[in-house]
Amino acid sequence: MSQEKVTLETARELGLLPEEFEMIKNYLGRVPNYTELSIYSVMWSEHASYKNSIKWLKTLPRKGSAILAEAGTENAGLVDIGDGMACAFKIESHNHPCAVEPYQGAATGVGGINRDIFTMGARPVAQLNSLRFGNISLDRTRWLMKGVVKGIGDYGNAFGIPVLGGEVFFNDSFNTNPLVNAMSVGLVPKDGVVSAVSKGAGNPIYIVGSATGKDGIHGATFASANITEDSAEDIPSIQVGDPFQEKILLEASLETIKTKALVGMQDMGAAGIICSTSEMSEKGGHGMRIDLDKVPLRQQNMEAWEILLSESQERMLMVVHKGREKDVEDVLNKWDINYAIIGEVTEGDTLEFYYRGKLEAKVPASSLVLGGGAPIYEREYHEPAYLSKYKEFNIDKVSEPTDLVEVAKFMVGHPNIASKRWVYEQYDTMIGTGNMTTNFPSDAGVYNLKGTNKALAMTVDCNSRYVKANPKVGTMIAVSEAARNISCTGAKPLAITNCLNFGNPYKPEVYWQFVEAIKGMGEACIKFDAPVTGGNVSFYNQSSIKGKEEAVYPSPVIGMIGLLENKNHQTTLAFKEKGHMIYLIGKAQNDIASSEYLYSYVGIKESPAPYFNLDEEYAVQNALLELIGMNLIQSAHDVSDGGLFIALFESALPRNLGFDITTDAEIRSDAFLFGEAQGRVVVSVSPSRETQFIDYMVSNKIPFTALGHVTKSEVRIDDNSYGFISDLRQIYDTSIEQKINE
Amino acid sequence: MKVGVVIFPGSNCDQDTVYVLNELLGQEVVSLWHKESDFDGNIDMIILPGGFSYGDYLRSGALAKFSPIMNRVVEFANNGGYVFGICNGFQILCESGLLPGALLHNTNQKFICKNIYLTPDSKMAPPTRFLPRDRSLKIPIAHGEGRYFADKETLAQMRINGQILFRYCDEKGVVSEAANPNGSVENIAGICNERMNVFGMMPHPERASDDELGNTDGRLIFESIFKYIQENG
Repeated sequence: MSQEKVTLETARELGLLPEEFEMIKNYLGRVPNYTELSIYSVMWSEHASYKNSIKWLKTLPRKGSAILAEAGTENAGLVDIGDGMACAFKIESHNHPCAVEPYQGAATGVGGINRDIFTMGARPVAQLNSLRFGNISLDRTRWLMKGVVKGIGDYGNAFGIPVLGGEVFFNDSFNTNPLVNAMSVGLVPKDGVVSAVSKGAGNPIYIVGSATGKDGIHGATFASANITEDSAEDIPSIQVGDPFQEKILLEASLETIKTKALVGMQDMGAAGIICSTSEMSEKGGHGMRIDLDKVPLRQQNMEAWEILLSESQERMLMVVHKGREKDVEDVLNKWDINYAIIGEVTEGDTLEFYYRGKLEAKVPASSLVLGGGAPIYEREYHEPAYLSKYKEFNIDKVSEPTDLVEVAKFMVGHPNIASKRWVYEQYDTMIGTGNMTTNFPSDAGVYNLKGTNKALAMTVDCNSRYVKANPKVGTMIAVSEAARNISCTGAKPLAITNCLNFGNPYKPEVYWQFVEAIKGMGEACIKFDAPVTGGNVSFYNQSSIKGKEEAVYPSPVIGMIGLLENKNHQTTLAFKEKGHMIYLIGKAQNDIASSEYLYSYVGIKESPAPYFNLDEEYAVQNALLELIGMNLIQSAHDVSDGGLFIALFESALPRNLGFDITTDAEIRSDAFLFGEAQGRVVVSVSPSRETQFIDYMVSNKIPFTALGHVTKSEVRIDDNSYGFISDLRQIYDTSIEQKINE
Repeated sequence: MKVGVVIFPGSNCDQDTVYVLNELLGQEVVSLWHKESDFDGNIDMIILPGGFSYGDYLRSGALAKFSPIMNRVVEFANNGGYVFGICNGFQILCESGLLPGALLHNTNQKFICKNIYLTPDSKMAPPTRFLPRDRSLKIPIAHGEGRYFADKETLAQMRINGQILFRYCDEKGVVSEAANPNGSVENIAGICNERMNVFGMMPHPERASDDELGNTDGRLIFESIFKYIQENG
């Protein structure tokens, strides 16, 4: 191995710490060469190794009767949904690439998360996106938003997956560093699952799909550093997506699985060939001998480390049972997809990479991976100083607005509340003929499990404002809101995946947010019996602008799936007809803390998380599911962003109906209408079921309030007109597109 | 009825089409791979499904016309066989010269996916012959290049021949600029050839055929086609 001698300085340049350099020397019993050092630098990067988060992630509840693949063991979580079927699902971030190249960054994010699903043998059937941008009045935000949305659309639309849900949130803390999280949900027969494992000495190793180029080299390392003013210079670290190739790779991979000739399969994502070879080998307790000359390249003059680290997209590593090569190659030839045998499985634990006749790197697979030799750290943390100001908030010092109609119109048009149609109409939401929410809108996406009486519900949720105000409670709310959205469709929460977007973990105040978020998540997941099946951690989401570092609002995004056991109980958020009664399940509170109203209309940015009680929340959702099961309610919509008024408004929209309600004299009108206290759901009840509904609520001691009734088209509150639904709709529908095109 | 659904690499509505025709409408369906140069002569109709054939990187539908199966489809059509192109399939039919005109980028330069409304124009062709006369149809669109264009002379000729099948309209059936989602000339959403055995449309009737999704207007189009073929052979 004749390569230039590396020094501690070289290690530092590659993002490794001095103690990590020492660890590497210990594992190898010698000084690594440059190729090997590069290997460790990406495999031990935050992005690939979870070195600063794994200790806390392991405290999350990860077991459950329906869990088929425990967190961290496969490329995505796997949950039993009955009828011999399993659901594979996962969420992942692509924040850093999107900050410098939004179109490709978002496109390859969609590509990557879908490969994680089909590498397990599951066919991706639905996509969700959780997007966070800065102030919409900034040119940069508009550029990022246009690029990200087009990137997601172009890739997913061509690949052929419907978007079933998502969220878009604007806040100044994301001005430089947007958050782009993509979730994919796939279906697989339980006996058709493929593992990401390599074993059986002598078995050939195939690389399948796109040729390898210099794109995305050190992408994992790039994702593990702050976004700075110089980040645009890292553009070569960003991958380029080809959805056509991905579609072919999907079909060819799934058809290859049917041959039963595969030992294991893993896609090439972050850290490319080195990541797939080492993770598969470690899992199977074997080694590999790889000849890098055999890897199809799209560029000349690539060095060994570049081939190993390249994050070129749409590639798959397949380990094939020796003697079954022809069966696999027949399928790959049918799909005209490129492939090459690049090596074979060996006894032992060592990965050997040869290039141009020389041994370029020789490393123990286990030393590279999470759970093996990768470093694990516990970082220091302490409560941030900023919170003292949040705790000083006092509602009595906020005067009540004189014109509630004006507030209502402001809220309806606020980008965090207004219709996101400018975004979602650019996504194919109906391909696959499984989206049950196109014509029956509901709080969560619902996907038809054809041929059964069941459907899958899915959602992504996180209110970053609440998490900033109180990371623990804010994250409990994120889990609870996800569960509430699932419950509002009539489905029962099954499991979650998470995308943990935080700032620099080396900052004790940021790390404290992370630790508190994990604690809150664990507690809420246990309550809802929705274990964590995996996900992704994205640190370093902070911007260094003119020397001043600012972390994004902490955003532990929860992706949840639920099971609707009986399709006939699918419940929508839409009021059905004039004359139906409107009830609030859960208690109204004299609370405006951390509401969009307080933050954006009043202008007070610092206040605690809104009212929240986990037990009450659970009781409300449980009651909701029972009411739906007894066919006692016509619609259900949770009270969240924008408060009760917005929930009522959104329920009225689909059928162009209005509503007439009265507020509670005991509670401030602004808190009643726009406060965001948790654990509340707006339902409508037909007059014929009203008695039964009330009987149920009373006998089960669930707090509820009669609000009023559904009207033909006017919105009236306390006998004041708030206008017609069509006028409010105009503001709601066009607000975002107007702001983007300003 | 025996229907052949062509699968190009990059087709992504092929399985949806197969599902609807076979599972929901009870028709016999055969999948035809793009590399095949022949198919069973007993097929009653060929469907070119939606998607991004060969990636559509050059121009939608531009490459698919060179595939082996398309030579056979053109021959089938020229012999009077029924050929139905949906979305990308419609684009391929225009690129292949089986249908007049072209499909350009939507005027807003964006992909658009949503429910729209259609009103049948010519009522003589298979997709429209047996449609209800008293209402518009709610059918989703999902395309980036769906703006139908043909020159004035061609349009005049198409009108005379009854080749304009569907126009975009509002819920009440009124054809207006506001109801035109992509800038198509004269709100045209679907057309046929002069002989009325080849037809194409940008909206996706297969996405509006399942009762469990709450909209079955698309079924009416398939049922009209099947009935027409049964009656006319």
